[in-house]
Amino acid sequence: MNHWPLLSLVTFLPLVGVGFIMTTRGDAEIVARNAKNIALSTSVIVFLLSLLLWVYFDPSTAAFQFVEKARWVKIGGFEVNYHMGIDGISLFFVLLSTLLTPICVLASWQSIHSQVREYMIAFLVLETLMVGMFCALDFIVFYVFFEGVLIPMFLIIGIWGHSNRVYAAFKFFLYTLLGSVLMLLAIIAVYYQTGSTDIETALHYSFPFALQKWLFLAFLASFAVKVPMWPVHTWLPDAHVEAPTAGSVILAGVLLKMGGYGFVRFSLPMFPLASHYFTPLMFALSAIAVIYTSLVALAQTNMKKLIAYSSIAHMGFVTMGIFAVTSEAVQGAVIQMLSHGLVSGALFLCVGVLYDRMHNYDIARYGGLVERMPAYGFVFMAFTLASVGLPGTSGFVGEFLILLGTFRVSTLECFLAATAMFLGAAYMLYLYRRVVFGTITRDDLRNILDLSAREKAVFVPLLLLVLWMGVYPSSFLGPIRASVDNLVQQVGAAEAGQHASAE
Amino acid sequence: MPVAAAPSFLPALPEIALACAAMLLLLVGVFRGEGSTRLVSWLAVLVLIGVLVLALRIGFGRQTAFYGMFVTDAFALFMKTLVLIGSAVSIVMAMRYNEDHGIARFEFPVLVLLATTGMMVMVSANDLITLYLGLELQSLALYVTASFDRDSVRSSEAGLKYFVLGALSSGMLLYGASMVYGFAGTTSFASLAQVLTGAGPVSSGLIIGIVFVIVGLAFKVSAVPFHMWVPDVYEGAPTPVTAFFAVAPKMAAIALFIRFLIAPFGALIAEWQQVIIFLSIASMILGSVAAIAQSNIKRLMAYSSIGHVGYALIGLAAATPSGIRGVLVYMAIYLFMNVGTFAVILCMRQQGRMLEGINDLAGLSRTQPGLALALAIFMFAMAGIPPTAGFFSKLYIFLAAIETHQTSMIALAIIGVVTSVVGAFYYLRVVKVMYFDEPAGVFDRPITAELKAVLFVTAVVTMFFFLLPDPVAGSAQAAAASLFVK
Repeated sequence: MNHWPLLSLVTFLPLVGVGFIMTTRGDAEIVARNAKNIALSTSVIVFLLSLLLWVYFDPSTAAFQFVEKARWVKIGGFEVNYHMGIDGISLFFVLLSTLLTPICVLASWQSIHSQVREYMIAFLVLETLMVGMFCALDFIVFYVFFEGVLIPMFLIIGIWGHSNRVYAAFKFFLYTLLGSVLMLLAIIAVYYQTGSTDIETALHYSFPFALQKWLFLAFLASFAVKVPMWPVHTWLPDAHVEAPTAGSVILAGVLLKMGGYGFVRFSLPMFPLASHYFTPLMFALSAIAVIYTSLVALAQTNMKKLIAYSSIAHMGFVTMGIFAVTSEAVQGAVIQMLSHGLVSGALFLCVGVLYDRMHNYDIARYGGLVERMPAYGFVFMAFTLASVGLPGTSGFVGEFLILLGTFRVSTLECFLAATAMFLGAAYMLYLYRRVVFGTITRDDLRNILDLSAREKAVFVPLLLLVLWMGVYPSSFLGPIRASVDNLVQQVGAAEAGQHASAE
Repeated sequence: MPVAAAPSFLPALPEIALACAAMLLLLVGVFRGEGSTRLVSWLAVLVLIGVLVLALRIGFGRQTAFYGMFVTDAFALFMKTLVLIGSAVSIVMAMRYNEDHGIARFEFPVLVLLATTGMMVMVSANDLITLYLGLELQSLALYVTASFDRDSVRSSEAGLKYFVLGALSSGMLLYGASMVYGFAGTTSFASLAQVLTGAGPVSSGLIIGIVFVIVGLAFKVSAVPFHMWVPDVYEGAPTPVTAFFAVAPKMAAIALFIRFLIAPFGALIAEWQQVIIFLSIASMILGSVAAIAQSNIKRLMAYSSIGHVGYALIGLAAATPSGIRGVLVYMAIYLFMNVGTFAVILCMRQQGRMLEGINDLAGLSRTQPGLALALAIFMFAMAGIPPTAGFFSKLYIFLAAIETHQTSMIALAIIGVVTSVVGAFYYLRVVKVMYFDEPAGVFDRPITAELKAVLFVTAVVTMFFFLLPDPVAGSAQAAAASLFVK
């Protein structure tokens, strides 16, 4: 174990890039070019640094690693530490964030024309906040990162979004804020219960059952909006449709994961009894989410909206897996989140490729693209199949593990989820058929260009990762397993303890 | 508490010095004529800084003067610091504006000094008589400043409205004070605290007296339902005066509110807590809902200040050391956010004409990115979004509310966070206009050096408060604790 503050470095290095971008002066064009170059190099360096986390990660322990701790606030009895650390659950989310940021920068290379400098600053700030959120081991630090994310995302949607962007940005911001402020109160309640804002302390504290229920609901308010779960999902399609491509990628790739991560990190270990108590509710909401949103996705005429609804359905799978609380299901949920982060991100990029060329999201506007864009057709197909869960892709691993783990808890739930998998295949393939297959009927599509080298560079790493995760998931499951097993045991022990005391 | 044999003036030295300096500056102004405004203004700022140094040298320990009618302690010092900063910055911001609008008269800084004297007396009041004395000294000076632009109908109307409603509230306060004296037999806070231990029944006459005083003070802090004057006065008064109103008098009135309820009536919390809870809920709801429809940024700030008072009152309703700490941190941060916002409003001018519409800010991020960034920071801070300072002010308040473990306080906290989401809407709207809309026009440049300095300092403090929150919160903690020493 090295003694470098690696996590802080990964977290705050993007801000150094922001500092550099701020110093760029001169012609608008030169500023834009420099800003892009600085943002790309910064985010690539951050990504390479974050790979060191994986290299030095010790998969045999469930304890937090790379821990850093420093006094931040101490007023009377109220003490907050800048406490950072990662375990198997958070490791890959950090990597996902650091991977998607350079991809987003690259994907926006030519599609952003106005205020490029500010755009790049927003993405780098966003990266700092996302990484910090996954690493934070103190509630106040966590909350600052968690809610701070709203500011750059609000601006990204609002400034560089499409025609109805203002409405979408407000809806996104206010929905999420309403959920998180309730969580803030719960965090304060946790502080008074445990006497500390430290997350590690709270994870090993057994809260009284009555309090657990309230706290669980307060945390649910925040995470359910983030995931998003039915019925608080309505902000997501709007936000996705209006956001610029890279904004959608981050939104689907990382921001939605903050909800799922929150359930795994906080709700399960801190409130095991309440989680058990509310499992039927969570199962019901998840089942509705997967089936209802899949049906809604089938009826969409807008590509981005369709993928947005498919995100909700996939995240429904995740919440189902998390609340099944078996080792397989939770591991599956984590893998599914990672996979969805890559796949839905890539799908939004695919849509973005078309939007850059035709400035239109209507499915009916396209058709027969395979004739003119064979490389694009291949990439789009690969990710469509990964989204559907074809064996050999990452989507299969996650969904299979979740179904496996959930089957042991509830066969009905498992059955409902399996139906949705079928629906998922239907809407994705239907989308693919309408956009890529068929014959070209519109004249302007006859001259459409295939993927450029830059665009290929964006897709290749994602494609390789999706295949790697699908063919050899052990490299990812290895680090996750110890932490998840520990978590599942802890929840099981708490439930057993309650049964023992009841008898 | 020992009472000195001869009246000791030492603890009141800053106030005495300030009053003398104000009169001296009046003489300077009269003898040097109209052209001396800038000189008098800068001298007034120097005086305020000098008084601040003097006050800090008096020390943090609890000392009384004038036979216990006047008290200084860490709490008074904390609030006086805020008041003095607020007044000094207001004078600085007013100079250029007053010159441009032909109302550059040396009386303005003098009036501000006199009002500040009143505020400092309010903060240090330890007797109902001192309380009233300070309050009236402050109010009379403020009435004049509200209508300082005397040729403007709106400004005169604002002054008149402020005067009529202020006088009404003073009347109620006086009536309440006399009821308290009638039923408790003393006007001294210290003696009241000794008499009222909370044991045994409390006479309803006393309760009525307390409630009347609370009503009077609620007028001064602009808590709902005694807020009606605020939007009109904020809109009508010249902008630097509005900036002054939004900061310094509010600090003093909140300080007085806290000391009045905690020091003599702390034991009767069961009697007055529900009143404060009601004021708090009503202010938070009205402050956030009514602001949505505003198109004038000064009116928006008026409703915003009403809402902020609602949050501060949560801490007072908790009536614990951490509750008071929360209020103090809240007010300190509020000072910076508010001063900064008004500094931006003062920059909103085209061809020498002041603009007040929110839509006039359209596209500011394109035309003046620095100014837009500053205002965005203040708006996110007012909405309480981390990592800005505004988050920490709300955090300390909600910490205190949850700490009490009372159902009513937890409900209050929940209402508080929900209204803060509603409030976030209109703060975001300002950001939206600046960042999402197309530029409408360009504001005059350059921004004066004074305003630039104010903007820079307030924006940096608001944005980077999180790096070092302990000094402010720590002194607030000490200040709050000094109030609970028996």
